Amino acid sequence: MNQDTVRMLTEKAREIRKDIISMLAEAGSGHPGGSLSAADILTVLYFYEMKIDPKDPHWPERDRFVLSKGHAAPVLYAALAERGYFPKEELSTLRKTGSILQGHPDMKRVPGVEISTGSLGQGLSAANGMALAGKLDGKDYRVYALIGDGESQEGQIWEAAMLAAHYKLDNLTAILDHNGLQIDGKITEVMSPEPLDEKWRAFGWHVEVIDGHNMEEIAAAFAQAKTVKGKPTMIIAETVKGKGVSFMENAAGWHGAAPKPEEAEKALAELSR
Amino acid sequence: MAKKVATREAYGKALVEMGKSNQNIVVLDADLSKSTKTAEFAKVYPERFFNVGIAEQNLMGTAAGLAASGKIPFVSTFAMFATGRAFEQIRNTIAYPKLNVKIAATHAGITVGEDGASHQAIEDISLMRSIPNMTVIVPADAGEAEAAVKAAVEMDGPVYLRLGRSGVPLITKKEGDTFQIGKGILLKDGSDVVLVGTGIMVDVCLQAAETLKEAGVSAAVLDIHTIKPLDRDLLVSLAQKTGAVVTAEEHSIIGGLGSAVAEVLGENCPVPMKRVGIKDEFGQSGAPGELLEKYSLTPAEIVSAVRELIKRK
Repeated sequence: MNQDTVRMLTEKAREIRKDIISMLAEAGSGHPGGSLSAADILTVLYFYEMKIDPKDPHWPERDRFVLSKGHAAPVLYAALAERGYFPKEELSTLRKTGSILQGHPDMKRVPGVEISTGSLGQGLSAANGMALAGKLDGKDYRVYALIGDGESQEGQIWEAAMLAAHYKLDNLTAILDHNGLQIDGKITEVMSPEPLDEKWRAFGWHVEVIDGHNMEEIAAAFAQAKTVKGKPTMIIAETVKGKGVSFMENAAGWHGAAPKPEEAEKALAELSR
Repeated sequence: MAKKVATREAYGKALVEMGKSNQNIVVLDADLSKSTKTAEFAKVYPERFFNVGIAEQNLMGTAAGLAASGKIPFVSTFAMFATGRAFEQIRNTIAYPKLNVKIAATHAGITVGEDGASHQAIEDISLMRSIPNMTVIVPADAGEAEAAVKAAVEMDGPVYLRLGRSGVPLITKKEGDTFQIGKGILLKDGSDVVLVGTGIMVDVCLQAAETLKEAGVSAAVLDIHTIKPLDRDLLVSLAQKTGAVVTAEEHSIIGGLGSAVAEVLGENCPVPMKRVGIKDEFGQSGAPGELLEKYSLTPAEIVSAVRELIKRK
């Protein structure tokens, strides 16, 4: 990846983070922490990696992205809006009655949302289904799924982990947003799912561990995943919850609390520097 | 005695037949394919069959992903595990986005028999009909089961198809002649009472109607194979005509057919009614026939309900 691309992606991620803060402040509720930690990953997916056409969201050959950690809806909505799936003005309607932008993603309302999520642990299974369909139809699209580290406490995640390896879904790349926090505190203190890398390897996946805020590492991991045959890839992205806004970083309290107007102003000022 | 065929048998055969003409049909099972009869499909179309192992939550989620990619997944396991274990996956990942997944659950009700209460789903109709976007079908016999599979393929959206383990006599017309989702079938007309049955209890209603006839009571028998959407018009017209309604189901009297019928009649045409079903208790192990007796899912129970209603008319 050349430095111009890195700069372009960094700028996009900055815009997406600003969108997240603005939309959450306007909504008065929602989940900033896990949206900000995943912002760089979604930026690389939507502006570099995925084969998509915002003008034709149902293009059969498109790559698919599943946000299994559905509470990070703001980062998905911001990425989709920045990519042109719908007008950016919609972002200010987040969580309001009548909006297409529900608190958690609704595939029937939002162009570009591949599956409705929100209740944790369910998206990876749906991604499996999409990957199976791709194999069945002989299509070469890829399926991406982002799961949370706290979400990995759900049993269904491991049911899905087994299936993807069993059916050799090498057209599936999952990303684990390893930000270390969940609502009630540190994942290792609430109910440790660690060691996550060893668990995914033991479940038969190819595992890459990367810096989830480094555009080049993220892109390289996606490229690497495409070369892996016969097994799915799990990219464990080491991230910082609340990344980009100093007072939100590594603070579990910002998992599900929206910034007040003055906090949003401060956050936007930091992100604009 | 008439030949008995389980609705799950008919389902297995219908899947194979539908799979031939419709390449989009895929089938998923959770380690019960021999019992649910999806093994027949697996044998003929192995590339379109996915065993997910004993993992019902993933079963539903994977089906949702396949449906979102244009497939028509039929997912099978026992009714207990489909609707109980994976209720929330069905609600949130299948029904909420109205995905085209057909949940064909077998071994519903107490005629599971010897496996006992842990495997006897008597709440599944209640659970499924309370979910928006969900269609709920309970075939009365093999012919209806086959017709229901075809109709489910033809409609777009999630369907819960409730199938049984034990054999039931063929009582409806040959395969799909009159089958239409949401339309009840008047198997027998009558003027004193209407017996509204679903699933294996439709046959029991017919037997009760015969007994009643001998006693000079004219009972209509209505086969409600679709619990949702319910055939309101037909129900109301029969309730108006007869002035008394008995419902019969191999399911709890809470939340199933009886409740659905009571909702419609209560709002549109209140008449004396009784619900025959499992009276808010768990089942137990035993031979299916013995359990039907023990839990009063019998013609005699329906007849006694009718006698009581007629006194109240």
